[in-house]
Amino acid sequence: MESLLSNFLAKYNYWVYIGLVMIGMYAMIAKRNLVKKIIGMNIVQTAVILFYVSIGAKKGKTIPIIAHGHEETGHHAAQAIDYISPLPHVLMLTAIVVSVATLGVALALAIKIYRQYGTLEEDEIALRINEP
Amino acid sequence: MSAHFPGLVIIIPLVAAFLILIGALLDKRLAFPLTALALLGSLVTAIGLLARVMQVGVVEYHLAGWAPPVGIAYRVDHLNGLVLVAVAAVAFINLLGTRPLVVEAFGDRLGPFYTLYILLVAGLLGIVVTGDAFNLYVLLEIAALTGYALVGMGEGRAPLASLNYIFMGTVGASFYLLGVGYLYLVTGTLNMADLAVRLPALYPSKVVFSAFVICLAGLCLKMGFFPLHAWLPNAYSYAPDPVSSLVAPLMTKVMVYVMVRIMLFVFTPAFAFDLTAISEPMVWMAIVAIVAGSFLALSTRRLKRMLTYIVVAEVGYMVGGFWLGNRLGISGAILHIINDAVMTLCVFLAAAALIARTGSDAIDDMQGLFKKMPVTMAVFVIAGLSIIGVPPTCGFFSKWYLISGAIAAGQYGFMAALLLSSLINLVLFFRIFEIAYFEPFEDHHAEHPTGHGRVLSAVQEAPLELLVPLVVTAALLFALGIYAGDIVSLIIDKAIPLGIV
Amino acid sequence: MDTLISIKPLLAVLVSLLAIPFIAYSRSPNVREGWTFLAAIVKFGIVAAMLPAVLNGMEISCSLVEVLPGLSIAFRVDAFGMLFALVASFLWIITSVYSIGYMRGLDEHAQTRYFCFFAISLSAAVGVAFSANLLTMYLFYEMLSLATYPLVTHHQDQEARTSGRKYLLYTVGASIGLVLPAMLMTYHLTGSLDFSPQGILAGTASRGTVALLLFMFVFGFAKAAIMPFHSWLPAAMVAPTPVSALLHAVAVVKVGVFSIVRVITAIFGTDLLQTFDLSTPLLLVASTTILVGSFIALSQDNLKRMLAFSTIAQLSYIVLGAALLSPKGVTGGMVHIAMHAFGKITLFFCAGAIFVATGKKNISEMTGIGRRMPVTMTAFFIGALSIIGMPPCGGFLSKWYLVLGALDADKIAILVVLLFSSLLNAGYFMPVVYRAFFCPPEEALFEARVQEAPLCCVVPLVITAVISILLLFYPQPFMNLAVMAAAKFTGI
Repeated sequence: MESLLSNFLAKYNYWVYIGLVMIGMYAMIAKRNLVKKIIGMNIVQTAVILFYVSIGAKKGKTIPIIAHGHEETGHHAAQAIDYISPLPHVLMLTAIVVSVATLGVALALAIKIYRQYGTLEEDEIALRINEP
Repeated sequence: MSAHFPGLVIIIPLVAAFLILIGALLDKRLAFPLTALALLGSLVTAIGLLARVMQVGVVEYHLAGWAPPVGIAYRVDHLNGLVLVAVAAVAFINLLGTRPLVVEAFGDRLGPFYTLYILLVAGLLGIVVTGDAFNLYVLLEIAALTGYALVGMGEGRAPLASLNYIFMGTVGASFYLLGVGYLYLVTGTLNMADLAVRLPALYPSKVVFSAFVICLAGLCLKMGFFPLHAWLPNAYSYAPDPVSSLVAPLMTKVMVYVMVRIMLFVFTPAFAFDLTAISEPMVWMAIVAIVAGSFLALSTRRLKRMLTYIVVAEVGYMVGGFWLGNRLGISGAILHIINDAVMTLCVFLAAAALIARTGSDAIDDMQGLFKKMPVTMAVFVIAGLSIIGVPPTCGFFSKWYLISGAIAAGQYGFMAALLLSSLINLVLFFRIFEIAYFEPFEDHHAEHPTGHGRVLSAVQEAPLELLVPLVVTAALLFALGIYAGDIVSLIIDKAIPLGIV
Repeated sequence: MDTLISIKPLLAVLVSLLAIPFIAYSRSPNVREGWTFLAAIVKFGIVAAMLPAVLNGMEISCSLVEVLPGLSIAFRVDAFGMLFALVASFLWIITSVYSIGYMRGLDEHAQTRYFCFFAISLSAAVGVAFSANLLTMYLFYEMLSLATYPLVTHHQDQEARTSGRKYLLYTVGASIGLVLPAMLMTYHLTGSLDFSPQGILAGTASRGTVALLLFMFVFGFAKAAIMPFHSWLPAAMVAPTPVSALLHAVAVVKVGVFSIVRVITAIFGTDLLQTFDLSTPLLLVASTTILVGSFIALSQDNLKRMLAFSTIAQLSYIVLGAALLSPKGVTGGMVHIAMHAFGKITLFFCAGAIFVATGKKNISEMTGIGRRMPVTMTAFFIGALSIIGMPPCGGFLSKWYLVLGALDADKIAILVVLLFSSLLNAGYFMPVVYRAFFCPPEEALFEARVQEAPLCCVVPLVITAVISILLLFYPQPFMNLAVMAAAKFTGI
């Protein structure tokens, strides 16, 4: 029991992202409102982004900016081990852009749907479609 | 110049996308020629690349001169060289053919439409050409986002279908991204070639296995592999006709390509086929996909919807053929990527022409079309025969390889599924041909029939602009069939790792 | 065996395809039929030009493209293929004359389409005859199925639609469902699909596998109308009569049996079937079809349907001959392709001529028709004699060889089948002739005034009837070809 708990705590970042993915998926599957679904979708994307960001982190290390790099006195070589990995963070900049764009397209479509059917509730839309 | 081909193949359309948008602001009529020019450029570079690959082997290109694994590498081998040409050619032909339809439907929005169109193609070309797992994700999303927008431009239920497509597509892409993240976690690299070198030492790791499963699940969702296909029929059938004839041939096929790429060149065949024991279940899933897709196609009486279910079944062909895990099966799957892209283009273009002229996509409204639109119907028949798998059209030859692979692997279930699907396709297409040929019933014993049905007299042959690409595509179906042997022995055979027998 | 490389086989196949644009875009019906004739005569000329070389024991081959590794679209003209191509291309000329008379006589619609697809069908039939491997044969076989669909459904009414459905389902369905997998399995076992006189399957598979493949092929080539895959043929009789005549008595159905005999001899090899003793089940299937087909023919009133069931029975003679696996039996089977073709086409021509002249389709309505159409009914009598296998007609010769083959192979049961079936043949043909000529005058439905069908209809059926008789006395080209082919296949 204790090992399970320590396991959980040691890798809490993974549990968090898994939890977020689940919440997002739940919203996408269970909610009948299109905007709620879009929110769920965004939560899933954000969860993946969080996962990436968290895997770059290291305990007790700093951001990858060489302190006093331009002072002549700072002659010590930079050690990669002293810094958190910047690459996943950089990748996530792109992913954030993608997720924002997706959100934008999704919301635009939602507006279009709202104009068309006058509602964003899926079951009501289904009713409208089946109306002659 | 030719050294920059791998970069140019997507840079041309990307740059053109901006030019088109700006150009269209000045004069709407500029949009189409610019798009055509850019896609022609992409097509020429793609063909040049394939020729180069066939001469000298793999072509590597480092974007902005940064060497991998730090920089992004574009890597063209026989496999993506071939797919690249197919994507560029299909996009180009579809562009030329659908112009009259686009002008009619989006005459006021030509600039945005063609910008999205070319961005979609750029994304697809990029997916094919890239050698970097994360870059692939970005391009995947470029293609997907423009795809959502294009589908959403349609009338009626299109926006709703597009929104569902977004939900599923985003989840699929997120899964892929997650899988890549796991791989990055254990290897510290994103370059595919580099991953392939570093992964074998880590095969026992559970993280690698999770990455494998998550990636595969994401890709299956993106390619509409049954039972994850639910978004596909709606999105493709409610999309505007010029869009479905672009998206249906390319999107799923490129995703199948990505699966082949990831499984063979990131994970090795040894891992994908032997260590994971996932081949057998995947083939069975493919059998289910083929059978289900075929029967779903039987259940609808709307033309485009029927074709989208055929696409679902065809995805089963390719996935099943690939997971047979032998040379014949994988050759068949890759050959079918090419053939199916052209076949699907051909049927969707023909369907677009028919729907444009008759104003309905119910197959019961296709009465008398053999008389009214003989050329379009002839092309439609040829495409149908190819999908059924009648020699010498190309559909027969990819089916030949797939069934050969099934026999070699002892997977008689897969063979039976392919044959059943051929028979159902026969029924599907002849059901349409019958209506177009026999109905409306009239007394044919007189040489001069006295008068036709109501609407039909108004129906006439599709415009020449659409007919020429249609006929060219139909001719391609024969050419691909007759040269299937060469395509396999000169290109596909070299694309498959030597270890696979 | 000497082999000549020549493009003649390719030309023979292509000639009718090349004629299509001319047929389709002719300005007047006369020009259109002119092109059809030209194509038919040129086609026959090319085929006939290859005859001397083939008779001298040469084979003519021509390879086009390698579509799959080790598998080409290739032609190879041997004695057996020559025999069939000669029959088919010669009868196309005659049928073209007849078509003109029939189609114009009935003022049919869409004649251009009709002549175009006829030309495609003939290309496909000759293509099957000259195929050098199973893949090429399959290609032309499928092409024939599809090209004949618009011909079968020519009338475009509800009945044509139902029949067309049945036609496609049986012919294409069986070939995709049975022949295609069988072909792929053969390829998997042997690595080749080339026809070879001794067969290619020997030593590669167990008895069970060979038996499975054999029956997949035999039933898969459903154009041969082996029971239970026969019911498309009576249904296809909705087609215009020239189509029934050339395609459903000669080209299409013979392509079916030709394919079966080809596969039996050149893929399996007679030795292999002998070793595994697979001849008996094959004989059983063929005999059943012969007897049941003949019995059903007895009960038919529609003349064309009766002829269709008669064809079903007669086709199995050819399969039976090949299944006997003895040189005489195989010879008999092959010659029967020619003999039956001339006999049956005469009968169909007669049925069509009667329909054109009187509009009658049923035998019961033809009482006394001999008075009105004496020439036609005499030809009918000759054709019937040939099918029954009585001298002075060619059909006697093939039956004679089949009987000898059965004796050689010590299959007395087959002998009984053959003789009994001849009796049945007489049983369904003779009443028609009797009704036509010998009914009491008061029962006759026609006046005794001679009024034949148009000349274009009558001349062809006279020609084929005369040839049916001549074939008994001068069977040389067909007989020699069949003997040569049989000797090659059985290795004697």
